[in-house]
Amino acid sequence: MFKARVTHGELGAAGKIVVYGLIFLGLILFAFPIYWMIITSLKELGEVHLMPMTWIPTVFVWENYVQIFKDVPLHLYIWNSSWYTAITMVTTSFFSAMVAFGFARLRARGSTALFALVLSTMMIPPQVTLIPQYLLFNKFNWIDSYLPLIVPSLGGSAFSIFLLRQFYMGISKELDEAVKIDGGGYFSIFFRIIVPLSIPAMATISILEFIYRWNDLIGPLIYLSTGEKYPLSLGLANFRAAYAATPWNLLMAASLVAVTPPLILFFLAQKYFIQGIVISGSKG
Amino acid sequence: MSNVSTASELTSATAPKRKHRRGPEERREERAFWVFISPWIVGFLVFTVGPIVASFFLSFADYNVVSSPKFIGLDNYINLFKDKLFYKSLRVTTYYAVLSVPFTIICALALAVLLNQKIKGQALFRTLYYTPSIISGVAVSFLWSWLLNPDFGVVNSLIYDWFGVKGPGWFTSPKWVIPSMVLMQLTGLGGTMVIFLASLQTLPSDLYEAASIDGASRLRKFFSITVPLISPVILFNAIIGLIGSFQVFTQAYVITRGGPDWNSYFYVLYLFDTAFAQFRMGYASAQAWILFIIIFALTMLMLWASRRLVHYEYDAKR
Repeated sequence: MFKARVTHGELGAAGKIVVYGLIFLGLILFAFPIYWMIITSLKELGEVHLMPMTWIPTVFVWENYVQIFKDVPLHLYIWNSSWYTAITMVTTSFFSAMVAFGFARLRARGSTALFALVLSTMMIPPQVTLIPQYLLFNKFNWIDSYLPLIVPSLGGSAFSIFLLRQFYMGISKELDEAVKIDGGGYFSIFFRIIVPLSIPAMATISILEFIYRWNDLIGPLIYLSTGEKYPLSLGLANFRAAYAATPWNLLMAASLVAVTPPLILFFLAQKYFIQGIVISGSKG
Repeated sequence: MSNVSTASELTSATAPKRKHRRGPEERREERAFWVFISPWIVGFLVFTVGPIVASFFLSFADYNVVSSPKFIGLDNYINLFKDKLFYKSLRVTTYYAVLSVPFTIICALALAVLLNQKIKGQALFRTLYYTPSIISGVAVSFLWSWLLNPDFGVVNSLIYDWFGVKGPGWFTSPKWVIPSMVLMQLTGLGGTMVIFLASLQTLPSDLYEAASIDGASRLRKFFSITVPLISPVILFNAIIGLIGSFQVFTQAYVITRGGPDWNSYFYVLYLFDTAFAQFRMGYASAQAWILFIIIFALTMLMLWASRRLVHYEYDAKR
């Protein structure tokens, strides 16, 4: 996507200086919060409250990162977030792909109207369904487990279905015929043609799902009550409760631990990531 | 382009009308269709339709989970319209939306235009600007409450060093708490910026060339060509931002819990408290339905207004 634009708007030397100046100024503004997060996480608590402040820690206290694992069961939170995010990533992507295949490739009466219905569900604020869903899962005795967070993902997500359908419609139908000649059914078409050819699109929606699940607070907050079951988002939200006064250095260390997996994923899968954001905002 | 195009436009490519009698192959295909979409059908019925119907009925009932629901007619709605906290939460949320939507759009568009200039390191700069928007949720809430800490935060400390005045109380001040929440959006601008960038790259160069020949200035070209051409994208981001504003929860829950003095008591935070702290499920359902109506009405209003303001003539995709 990041290719250069055609000829108009060439900048003169003065223009270039202005543009670079603004970009660097903005960059300082944008990068500074993250820099400050890292620096604070490595300071001693006394130095955190020191005035005037220090831009670089006088002593780098790496032990802060050991301390946070001692004060709260951070390893449990990380483990919970990891398996829960992994499962929902796989289920949402797989079932969304199945549904999208149906809408993109198979002709049936009523499919147009049904697809409009899929799109319209994106308009409904989640708060409307939140309370009855809670009451339903309460009836099932699923409260304080991950089931209420995982089971709804088995129906796929409307947004992922929409995105994958767009992608599938661009795949040539001649390949389908080849599979049919070999005697394969629709499931062979799905698994042998569509899934392998749509790895980039699947990666995009998986990444978006990862970010959403990793950061979601309200879901775990409503359904989970036992501390050991908390995911990182909820564990972090309650982190302050372990202390009398807020230890900002430790809080920043724990926050940094929480944002590292998404950041690593971003740098590994940058291309898909930005694609996903663009598609989410501009395809339609 | 435009995400606001109607559903029928989007779906018109599938399911061509067939008049002749359907053969066995077509029936097989139709059966397969239902098999493939069955996960969505089940999920839709159990987790969307069922709950919406239930929520509608619950909004006319008194229900605390322990005892069985009692039908009370319109009482929940009547009480809501007498509820001072309901109006307070609406005011807080509206104030936030009014500040946050233009702030995000103007800043993100300015950044996108800046990063669309042909310069060395363009791709690197775009990535760097986008990176902060990866960190979100609870961590970013803590980060900002630390940056804007009234006593030890870096922002107030810089204000004191540079201007010799004491900075505001930010999240602890009734007057500043909402502007602080808006300022927090700074870290997330990258997402909106990338959407604008993508649309800027699709603009046709002939119009700019013609304008240059006519001697139009850079600023003039921006307001007379760029803004009208990307207006569908601006509208889309405005709608998304508006809907997002009405669903703010994490920041308020983590940083202020609605304070000071209810001045950041966002609508969804009140709904959450009603449902999951006080277990007044009927009242909370009524709140949810009013939220639904507000979001629906605002979206329709913006779509209606867009007919006058938004250009759809130039297909920005090609």
